[in-house]
Amino acid sequence: MDDLLRLIDISKSFGEVQSLRQVSFRVGRNEIVGLVGDNGAGKSTLIKIITGYHQPDPGGEIYFGGKKIDRMTVARARELGIEPVYQERALADQQSLWRNIFMGRELTQAFGVLDVRRMQQETEKLMTQLMGFTSTAVTPDSTVKHMSGGERQGVAITRALYFRAELLVLDEPTMGLSLSETKKALDFVAEIKRAGKAGIFIDHNIFHVYPVADRIVVLDRGRVAGEFSKEQITLEGLVAKLHHVAETGHLDEPQAA
Amino acid sequence: MSSMTKAEANAPGTRLGVRGPAHYLRRYGQQIGIITVALVIWAFFRIGAPRTFSRYEIYGAFMSTTPFFALMALPLTLLVIAAEIDLSFPSIMAFGMMVFSIVLVRAENAYLAFIACLVAGLLAGLLNGLIVVRFGIPSLVVTLGTQFFWRGVVNVVTAGNGTGLTSTKTTFLYGALVGRLGDRIPAQMIWTIVVAILVWFFLNRTRLGAHVYLCGDNVESAKLMGVNVARVKMLVFAIVGMVAAFAGVVVSMEVLYYWPTLGEGYLLNTLASVFLGGTSVFGGTGTIFGTFVAAFIIGSINAGIVAVGLSGFWTQLIYGLIIVIAVTLQTALSRRFS
Repeated sequence: MDDLLRLIDISKSFGEVQSLRQVSFRVGRNEIVGLVGDNGAGKSTLIKIITGYHQPDPGGEIYFGGKKIDRMTVARARELGIEPVYQERALADQQSLWRNIFMGRELTQAFGVLDVRRMQQETEKLMTQLMGFTSTAVTPDSTVKHMSGGERQGVAITRALYFRAELLVLDEPTMGLSLSETKKALDFVAEIKRAGKAGIFIDHNIFHVYPVADRIVVLDRGRVAGEFSKEQITLEGLVAKLHHVAETGHLDEPQAA
Repeated sequence: MSSMTKAEANAPGTRLGVRGPAHYLRRYGQQIGIITVALVIWAFFRIGAPRTFSRYEIYGAFMSTTPFFALMALPLTLLVIAAEIDLSFPSIMAFGMMVFSIVLVRAENAYLAFIACLVAGLLAGLLNGLIVVRFGIPSLVVTLGTQFFWRGVVNVVTAGNGTGLTSTKTTFLYGALVGRLGDRIPAQMIWTIVVAILVWFFLNRTRLGAHVYLCGDNVESAKLMGVNVARVKMLVFAIVGMVAAFAGVVVSMEVLYYWPTLGEGYLLNTLASVFLGGTSVFGGTGTIFGTFVAAFIIGSINAGIVAVGLSGFWTQLIYGLIIVIAVTLQTALSRRFS
């Protein structure tokens, strides 16, 4: 299958603690991969390596779009179109909506002068066309601190799609959200697929991951404990496997990653 | 993309009503607040000492002495917005001027001395930034240390002796920095306005300036979105150092003498200007305009108090009242309108 992202034998240790042990992981084009596992399973470390925030230990390989990436940095990841969407860390609370949309990718005009007006206009367009803000009270100048969880996810995902991200990395997009806000956030995840892009959806909650993911990868104690496509397994079957993995650290039959 | 519109169509958007006065209060609340404070204090002085405050001389005096710390408060605002602090700038003023006086005495060239002074300030500021960024030590601690260090360097090198700067009085530099425009406006006032405009432009119209806000608001998200936090912070520390050295030259030229104690007494006035101007101590928000106005409020209180007939002993009491009341009001109002 045509892979967008492929990691081979990725390990990462922080001092004495080995967070990832020879993890292999892939994401196909236009595929949503659910990444599940307990606290400390290594989910965060894995996505921080994918987004260039951490460097893996020597020995592993990373391919993106078929090309080997020798050193994945935050800047390189962004060039490639890998875009992290973190619920808690996605937005700068006290800043305006337009500053958040263009965070780190500000538009400039001649001599590197910020094009504030154009950023405000583009934000206004995105607000009505993509985010569905129709009120005149929320303007591109409004700060984001009073937005709901679902709205914040909307801003972050809209931002990623606006900048033509190829792979969106969603870190617990439904954490702490109410039922209706969770629905909103999941709709945005489905939107990634519809826009022809790929996504990695990290969550504790398998009930949120299962409906929107094409394939589910289970991490446990720094290893890939299992991998299932949706056709292979029902939600109930998956829940049972997860309980088994949590208890024993491995599945019944070893699974090739 | 239409499904997104549907998904978010019911987003609560109308909770704040139509765009009206509240919108502008939210957007320009800080600026309106500080101008109100300034007007109230001015009215108080104008009524209390009508003769003094209806003549040019008192305003000329404010424009002559307030720039000494207003100059430093402007770039310091950038640093506080980026959630950092610098306590070492008064010592950097003295250190920069020490370099100035050494070069002036050896090379007998005021311009060379001026450039050497600015470079010394820049490097001292950069050192602060380097230590903060590379070792992750809070800037409060680092600059508390470098504040002692640079003052110590000055004391050791000068052995407490000052340097006369009378030889610079005939230079163009003297007129450009502390001369009087049309015999009335002190040149340092013009420089304060120039620095304010430059710092405002940097903060509001450049990418690095936009990143200053992000560093102070949510450093994690800034890093994740590719902002080079270390570079932004080092740059701002360096700017503060360089402007401190510049302010040191202005102060010393005004009195044509370099005292090794230069800068002592400016720390709290400068910090008060930044915080009174509405810059958040937690970083992420603040305006150059607010700091500019606040510096002149702080700068006017001393003379104003004496002019209205109170003794100078009242100065600090009034400072305290104004700062505490103004900052409390600003916080309360920003909660109400944001």
